[in-house]
Amino acid sequence: MIRDITIGQYYPAKSVIHRLDPRVKLTSTLLYLISLFLFKSISGYLIATVFLALVIRVSRVPLSFIVRGLKPVIMLLMITVLFNLFLTRSGEVLFHAWIFTITEGGLVTAVYMAVRLIYLIIGSSLMTFTTTPNELTDGIEALLHPLNKVRVPVHEVAMMMSIALRFIPILLEETDKIMKAQIARGADLESGNMIQRAKSMIPILVPLFVSAFRRANDLAMAMEARCYRGGEGRTKMKPLRYRSRDYTAYVVMAVYLVTVVVIGRYVPLHVWVF
Amino acid sequence: MVRTEKLVFEYEKRDEEGNVIGTSRAIDQVDIDVKEGQFIAILGHNGSGKSTLAKHINAILVPTEGTMWVNGRNTSDPSELWNVRQSAGMVFQNPDNQIIGTVVEEDVGFGPENLGVPTDEIWQRVEESLKAVGMIEYRHHSPNKLSGGQKQRVAIAGVVAMEPKCIVLDEPTAMLDPVGRREVLKTVQKLRQQKQVTVILITHYMEEVVDADKVYVMDHGHVVMAGTPREIFSRVDELKSYRLDVPQATLLADELKKRGLKLSDGILRKEELVRALCQLN
Repeated sequence: MIRDITIGQYYPAKSVIHRLDPRVKLTSTLLYLISLFLFKSISGYLIATVFLALVIRVSRVPLSFIVRGLKPVIMLLMITVLFNLFLTRSGEVLFHAWIFTITEGGLVTAVYMAVRLIYLIIGSSLMTFTTTPNELTDGIEALLHPLNKVRVPVHEVAMMMSIALRFIPILLEETDKIMKAQIARGADLESGNMIQRAKSMIPILVPLFVSAFRRANDLAMAMEARCYRGGEGRTKMKPLRYRSRDYTAYVVMAVYLVTVVVIGRYVPLHVWVF
Repeated sequence: MVRTEKLVFEYEKRDEEGNVIGTSRAIDQVDIDVKEGQFIAILGHNGSGKSTLAKHINAILVPTEGTMWVNGRNTSDPSELWNVRQSAGMVFQNPDNQIIGTVVEEDVGFGPENLGVPTDEIWQRVEESLKAVGMIEYRHHSPNKLSGGQKQRVAIAGVVAMEPKCIVLDEPTAMLDPVGRREVLKTVQKLRQQKQVTVILITHYMEEVVDADKVYVMDHGHVVMAGTPREIFSRVDELKSYRLDVPQATLLADELKKRGLKLSDGILRKEELVRALCQLN
């Protein structure tokens, strides 16, 4: 089940998008997500779709891989669509039965909302598909750097994120080991109702936490032994440097933003399907 | 290089509310003296205080009484802390819990980054140290996919990249299989020859200390024996009283001697024993 979740995974490929500076990808993704809420007409959606399709094409991440990432959020998607469909009341009534009413306005908002959410998810997962976790933390650290002035420990937070990423596989392996050890001692993890199964997780979680704390202690000592003393006076092995392709990407993003806002807002291309 | 004078370290014993109810001495009046370029082994059973002593060399712990000098600097002096840690690198027991980076080369670069080494020089140091431990072809790998011995070699590279004068290895092979152990020990030997670095190896495997210049045996916080491996291993019964094993060849030679064979004292290696036995007749 954990394997199905492709959001947040890295998809190794050689593309321009993969090589872009993580800061560019972070800001562009954020701008794209915001842009999705800046227009109301179909023309805006068309531009957003074309842009997303182009980026996916250039990134060389297979479409099937991206679509698989939508699976875990389908439920959430359905709920929002249903709510919008039945609770928005505007325009002509298209359908009425008992307490359920579908209006023209409701249908339109539901479809728009679904498209927006899908693009939101695809857009943000495209960033994680094309950026390694390390680049991502580096990018976040660099972008949030100004917050240092208001005493937000940006470097420390980024360091914690990258350590967490390093220990995910180790702790997964450990969980597996503990589960096997408890099963060998006769623990029943499979049967029973929700509450019983939740209770049977305790003998797994307790040793896992104990060992995680022990690891944290060891790691802190190892980091200190290697002269770690926070972000001050630290140099970078892989400093982030903007290259010409990064500036190009910023320009492309700016052009997209302007087009989508201008056309999406002021060219009301209302093509009603019904 | 590393010198201690009447070193004492006490742990505080606490009750359930966290009140101090007493102290226990992990290290008691220890005097050791390590010269530059030497290979020193510290032996001891569990709880003998050998790991506590190791943590003093890196200033992770500071003495309760007495003093410790590393590269001429007093480890109790807070202003010297980072100099001490830079000149005495430390490799720990658990390979998983001391690798910080998610890629091998980034982990090796962690130390130099902390020291504020310029970017170009970091790359140079990383490359050199990975070559020195024979892990250069794994530079882009994730540490999670390496074997225990390989992880320990990466950890050693991480210390070497900080260019220390002295490397302290705190039971680096305790969690490894025999292949991994051999890998790590070979790497340490190679480093010693290439970089003339001082090595302090803390272990309870006797086979690992055969090549040492000097061996200290610790028990209950005291240094109970000190000398060359040959001197130490000729006192088989004394070692046994500290719950330490002697190398198999030494043990066999000792048993044979007790049965009346005329063998010399302090035979350390299998080959030596074979030669000695062949020369008997």
